[in-house]
This record gives sequence, C-alpha cells and structure tokens, in this order.
Amino acid sequence: MKAAAFAYARATSVANALELLAVHGEKARLLSGGQSLIPAMNLRLVSPELIVDIGELAELRGIAVRGETLVIGALTRHADLLKSSDIVKYAPLLAAAVAHVAHPAIRNRGTIGGSLAQADPASELPACMLALGATVVARGPGGERRIAAADFFTGIYETKLAPQDLLVAIELPVARKDAVYFFQEFARRHGDYAIVGLAAQAVLQGEKFADLRLGYFAIGDRPVLAKAADQLIGVAITPALLAETSAVLSDELDPHEDQQATPAMRRHLAKVLLARCVATLLNRPDLHAGGAT
Amino acid sequence: MTAPASISLTVNGERIEAHVLPRLNLADFLREHLKLTGTHVGCEHGVCGACTVRVGGEIVRSCLMLAVQVNGVAVETIEGLSDSGEIADLQAAFRDRNALQCGFCTPGMLMAAQDLLREDRKPSREKIREHLAGNYCRCTGYQAIIDAVENTARARMELKA
Repeated sequence: MKAAAFAYARATSVANALELLAVHGEKARLLSGGQSLIPAMNLRLVSPELIVDIGELAELRGIAVRGETLVIGALTRHADLLKSSDIVKYAPLLAAAVAHVAHPAIRNRGTIGGSLAQADPASELPACMLALGATVVARGPGGERRIAAADFFTGIYETKLAPQDLLVAIELPVARKDAVYFFQEFARRHGDYAIVGLAAQAVLQGEKFADLRLGYFAIGDRPVLAKAADQLIGVAITPALLAETSAVLSDELDPHEDQQATPAMRRHLAKVLLARCVATLLNRPDLHAGGAT
Repeated sequence: MTAPASISLTVNGERIEAHVLPRLNLADFLREHLKLTGTHVGCEHGVCGACTVRVGGEIVRSCLMLAVQVNGVAVETIEGLSDSGEIADLQAAFRDRNALQCGFCTPGMLMAAQDLLREDRKPSREKIREHLAGNYCRCTGYQAIIDAVENTARARMELKA
C-alpha cells in the first residue's frame, strides 16, 4: 500500500526539529532512516500529519570514544556500526548483533536511534543496550536528559521518550578487556525479526562469571534483562545449577504468542540460548544441553 | 506543507528536476514519473527486495525512501547498471544458469549481487546467501542464483589474474 498524505519538513538543526515537535506534538513523527516508520506508514499502521526529517543533521551521526564511554550519535547507521573499528574494539557485542539487523540495503539506511526509539521488542539493538548497560541521551523542551536503558523500554513500541523528545545519542561503557560476549538469534531467514534472541555480555574470573548480563529479545512486550543470570555469578557452574537457573528463567519470562511461535516454544528456545551462551562463554561443552530439556 | 516539494538529483547520471508530493516513495517516483520500470514494487514494506536501487553508491529499498529524501543525491537503477555494461557478465551468468524465471525479483537480485561483488571479490556461498537474504525469489529456489553470483565472482577473478 501507499502512505497516506502528510506534510513534510526538513529539520535544519536539532533546535529546529525540537521546535517543530513542540508545536505539533503527537501529530508529528521524526524520520531518520525510515526503515521502520515508512513500512508502518505504507501499511497505514500510522498516519502522521507531519514528518520531520532529521536525516540531514550530520551532527547526530558518528561514533566517538570519550574516556571510558563510547558515544554513538542517534543517526549512526547500522552499516556505520558494522564498519567501525571502535565498535569492534569497544562494543564487540554490538558489532555481532548488527550483522543480524535486517539486510544490507536496510542497514544502509536504518539508524541506531531510530531502532531504539521504535522499540520493537523483536529487534536486536534494544536487548544489546540492556546487556551493555547503555544510557540513552534525549533532548526535549526541558533540555537534555539521560535515561538508563533498563528504564527506557516500557512496552511494544513504547519508550520513556515523550512526543516532543528527540533521541540524540547513546552512551555505552567501553567494554572491559576481560569482557566476553555471546549473540545468537533464531529467525526463519537471516535478517528477519527473531523468534527469540539473546545478546549477552559477561566478565570471566577464572572459570566463574564475575558478571553476566543476559538481554533477551522477541520474548515479550519489551527486551528483558534476565534476573536469573544472577544465580550464575561468582559460583562454580554445574549442570544441575544451570538446569535450576533455566527453570528460574522460564518462570521469569512472559513470552507472547504470534504466528511465529507459541509461548511454550519461546520459553524452550530461551532456555536453549541460555545453555548455549553459558557453555560457549565458559568453554564448557558439557553444559551445552544444560537445562533446555 | 502537503504541497509538492521540488527536488534535484541525478538518476543514472542524468540531472532530474521534479516536483513531488511528500508521500511519493522513490520506487514510484522512478516508475511513474521517470518511467524507469525496471525497479519493481513488490511488498512495499521492505521485505521482498524487488525495489532495490543505489542511492549515493549504496543499495537501499526504494519503497522505504521518500522521493523528497533523495534531493541532491545520485540514484542508480537497474537501467543504469545494465546500460553502462557494469553488470553485463552478471546478467549473462544469470541467463546461462537459469537464475531467473518470471524475472520479477531479478533487478533487485542483480543490484544486491553486484553490491556484494563490489565489496567482496571472492565471496563464499554462505556470504552470497547472507547478502541476498533480503531478496525474495518465488521461482528458482535460489540455488541457481547463488551459482550465477559465484560464477561471476570466479570469472572476474580470472579476468584480473
């Protein structure tokens, strides 16, 4: 289908975009890469009266390392993330995840800020933000504020952003040298939205986890940082403990049903990913089947 | 502001000035306004890949861009790549290997395949599959398409050697 008619304004600066949003509020939508918004408009799921195109605001695009923080501008494209040596070095989990975000032609346009503001619970990047302990930087009528990723996602396509807000950047703590990561998703076709996926980052101390953050996606109405992971920190991991953790994880999750999978299948796949993640990160093949039965 | 906006761009090297409604997507602009109907419109929400074109040298979904967004940039379509001879060998390989039947997906497949071959001169079959995963074909079952891209890569390597 074709999008309904709308008015179009090309923002000339961040301040100009904020002015337009302040005037038009919920009737306006920001257009960055357009890889979520335009399909939704073509399907007539949304019909904004005004499109504020921020695509040419070059100041919002780019990756910088400031001390121990990696700052990623909202308009940084998925393809930029894939090509960036800073991302590979300081946020390798993100580099691994972005390769699974849609297809090359979409990665050339889609932006990290757009993906996070869209907050599709089946998309990869929101879960990465949870696992990496990211901070979202937003600007609105009241100035700039910082929102922890853990608080940012509030439901399907819902975030802490108000209609007058513009997501300007993401801040990530630079990955520790001893950090390890795991990324895997189940999808019908490479690049499709996942049936269930896991973005994880951990810190190893000998054969134990000093830290373990499990960011699940496509498992409910928002990405989930699994609390069950805490059971695996600082202790020797046995198949029995992994099985117990797997049961706790299952109770913690509240998966949805759609045409791709039932809640029971999603629970099962989440447990499979937990076992694979732990076995891979600890290099313990004996744990591979752990708890997924 | 729903009024037409003027845009200025190049399409296959030719300068174009036009007035377009904001809601007009790039695929429809190319097809309806410029009569460049090699760019196909399949799903209109970014899933099928039939509308793949180059904008600023990078492949994009033309159904997911507005015509007003391509102001000041260079757009290349399958007509441009075909007429310049850039993909003549790839097209021949598709024909030789029966990598098309109805042909609906072919322009998008060729755009995506050439994009891969420009960044990776010797892609593995897995890499080819991954790069073309965003392009649906309902006739061939894909094997012949992968073959054709692989054969083209090999032939280009031999040509350089």
